[in-house]
Amino acid sequence: MQQRIGVFVCHCGTNIAATVDVSAVAAALGREPGVVFARDYQYMCSQAGQDMIKDAIKEYKLTGIVVCSCSPRMHEATFRKTAAAAGINPYMVEIANIREQCSWIHKDKDEGTEKAIILGRAAIAKVCLNVPLTAGEIPVTKRALVIGGGIAGIQTALDIADAGFEVDIVEKKPTIGGKMAQLDKTFPTLDCAACILTPKMVDAGQNEKIHIYSYSEVVSVGGFVGNFTVQIKKKARYVDETKCTGCGLCTEKCPVKNVPNEFNLGMDTRHAVYIPFAQAVPKVATIDPNYCLMLKNGKCGLCSKLCGAGAINYKQEDEIIENKYGAIVAATGYNPISMDKFDEFAYSQSKDVITSLEFERLMNAAGPTGGVLLRPSDNEHPKTIVFVQCVGSRCSADAGKGKEYCSKICCMYTAKHAMLTREKYPDTDVYVFYIDVRTPGKNFDEFYRRAAEQYGVHYIKGMVGKVSPEGKKLKVRGSDLIADKQLHIDADLVVLAAAIEPDKTARPLATMLTASMDTNDFFTEAHPKLRPVESPTAGVFLSGCCQGPKDIPETVAQAGAAASKVIGLLCHDKLTANPCVAHSDEWMCNGCSSCENVCPYHAITYVEKEFRMPDRTTKIRRVASVNPAVCQGCGACTVACPSGAMDLFGFSGKQISAEVDAICR
Amino acid sequence: MKSKNELLRENIIRTSGADVKKCMKCGKCSGTCPSYDEMEYHPHQFVYMVETGDIEPLLNSESLYKCLTCFACVDRCPRGVQPAKVVEAVRLAAIRQQGKNRLTPDGVEKYLDDEIPQQAIVSAFRKYTK
Repeated sequence: MQQRIGVFVCHCGTNIAATVDVSAVAAALGREPGVVFARDYQYMCSQAGQDMIKDAIKEYKLTGIVVCSCSPRMHEATFRKTAAAAGINPYMVEIANIREQCSWIHKDKDEGTEKAIILGRAAIAKVCLNVPLTAGEIPVTKRALVIGGGIAGIQTALDIADAGFEVDIVEKKPTIGGKMAQLDKTFPTLDCAACILTPKMVDAGQNEKIHIYSYSEVVSVGGFVGNFTVQIKKKARYVDETKCTGCGLCTEKCPVKNVPNEFNLGMDTRHAVYIPFAQAVPKVATIDPNYCLMLKNGKCGLCSKLCGAGAINYKQEDEIIENKYGAIVAATGYNPISMDKFDEFAYSQSKDVITSLEFERLMNAAGPTGGVLLRPSDNEHPKTIVFVQCVGSRCSADAGKGKEYCSKICCMYTAKHAMLTREKYPDTDVYVFYIDVRTPGKNFDEFYRRAAEQYGVHYIKGMVGKVSPEGKKLKVRGSDLIADKQLHIDADLVVLAAAIEPDKTARPLATMLTASMDTNDFFTEAHPKLRPVESPTAGVFLSGCCQGPKDIPETVAQAGAAASKVIGLLCHDKLTANPCVAHSDEWMCNGCSSCENVCPYHAITYVEKEFRMPDRTTKIRRVASVNPAVCQGCGACTVACPSGAMDLFGFSGKQISAEVDAICR
Repeated sequence: MKSKNELLRENIIRTSGADVKKCMKCGKCSGTCPSYDEMEYHPHQFVYMVETGDIEPLLNSESLYKCLTCFACVDRCPRGVQPAKVVEAVRLAAIRQQGKNRLTPDGVEKYLDDEIPQQAIVSAFRKYTK
């Protein structure tokens, strides 16, 4: 059948019209073979623009349309709906991107116009070969997975469970709680972190819809939106979770007492069998196999003898659990960066140079000093404390160390630390070296000003250049740019506001999820403004610091947003599949497996099939078979196939060639 | 037509190999400088004044010869600006003017004693003469 094509050229206000002569484009494309209607309009995506498309489809009996406008990522779905509403197949729509790929990058109007015509011509050539496609449906597994059990993961899980869906949390540590559990007070209200976090941890632990896999890791992810298959490795904790009552007797009596306590960042020790902190969820002991005498050399067994519940099991092994999920939320959080490359601050030379997270533990009532601020080297009260901001943040790429971004939370927590120190120990001199104090946020600047004005914290515009331990003192040399002086301060304690970076597990997880990341290993959002909690990979959502540095209020807000997106997905019984998937011409397939090897979604399998040959004999041949429900239409197989058997619906080799021919004409 | 000062500024930036626009004014260079108290203009001011083209005062300042070229500022600058190289470039611009050698062979004698290593004299020549 002869195609009857309509062409619609959008001005996008002046976005396109300023650099492209849109009416000339419409006129030129109107002369292309197959085109029976061509028009330009100010805003094609508006109601009036869409009505114009619908009317033209009906009046001119169009079989396909080309819209010359913005990127298909922006409005392809819009115009497909428009076409469907006017009665033609939505896959008979092609978008020529004359904004991002033309008007925005050209200055010369003649050049821009010429290129817009060429791009439109290519789209016309393609749509002439388009065939109507029908999208299938895929079922949705009504269960979500949240990876990471910090405040981001907990809040997301609670909100999803609230809507009535099952949700699992996978946490690599023995307890949920994350970084927030380690904090002392929270800005700007100074409420205690544990007081507001632990009730949420208990809620998550007790919620019937939430299952927590603690001390577990995701090891593989297969499938696609609505139908993920995830393998979770439950690491052996040598304690039966179902029997352990969390009484803590084993953790007191264990003879191995010199294990660095990671919850207190190594500032004190724990036993080989331990519960990270009193409010841990699940409150279950874990045996550290690197230190347990029984696991190392088969001698001891004290905890097993003591345990009234009989929960100790030295023979426990790692266990792989496979579950199905409809949606996955990444909430893998952050860590402070290593101070290895910042020798000038003497972090590795003196115990009294600490990071801000270590300072949190020193101020925390459940910390190594019981909340009394004592310096680590000699347990004396520090009388002069220097806080250094931006350690490793805002570094340029060619400085060879640190991160280029602002870590966002340091200005506020440093103000908090300075304020709390002055409140508890008014005889302490507190200096904060800052480059800029960045406090956008509700009640944030007021908070910082309170530290300076009411609590008498010395804010110094400048940076510390060198910290040298001398005797019991730390000689701090820094600049005061306002006074144009170099300051020399004899400090007792130096606190470094270390930059934060995504957790190391995020990168391998992103690979498993086929979710994209930026150069800093933060997960990329589908759209920085309009889709901030979704990954570009369908069915994968982002919560908390794995997407970028943020404080607790922002994290909780984003966690709720991610949950609502998950709920929006899970409340569908079925999803519309993408019909633009690969298919194989079985007669051309030579059974080489190239496509199977390159397919990132494992959508291709090989089958032995009986064929009737031209000479009337039958032959068993090995041919590729695509599972259309799993295929995401990436096209890798079509390129890998040496015999040309693989092709993509909607993007066939013929269609692409026609586009190229039209461009080169 | 570019002014003389503008040409001088471009020349200094080119010979230093540093990008002064990358400076975020944190002052870490001046916080770290061991010669700070000897200097009239401090490392961060060198960077800023070259950036804004206010170079004349630098050319005439003793600060040029107080920089030890220890490169602590270069090592610690979080922006990779290399302040010591900016100071070096301004110093070169100063001594390359006619008759502006900081050290002449005749003047060496008064520095000589048993303590001073010969290499110090050689490197001083390299640094203070064209």
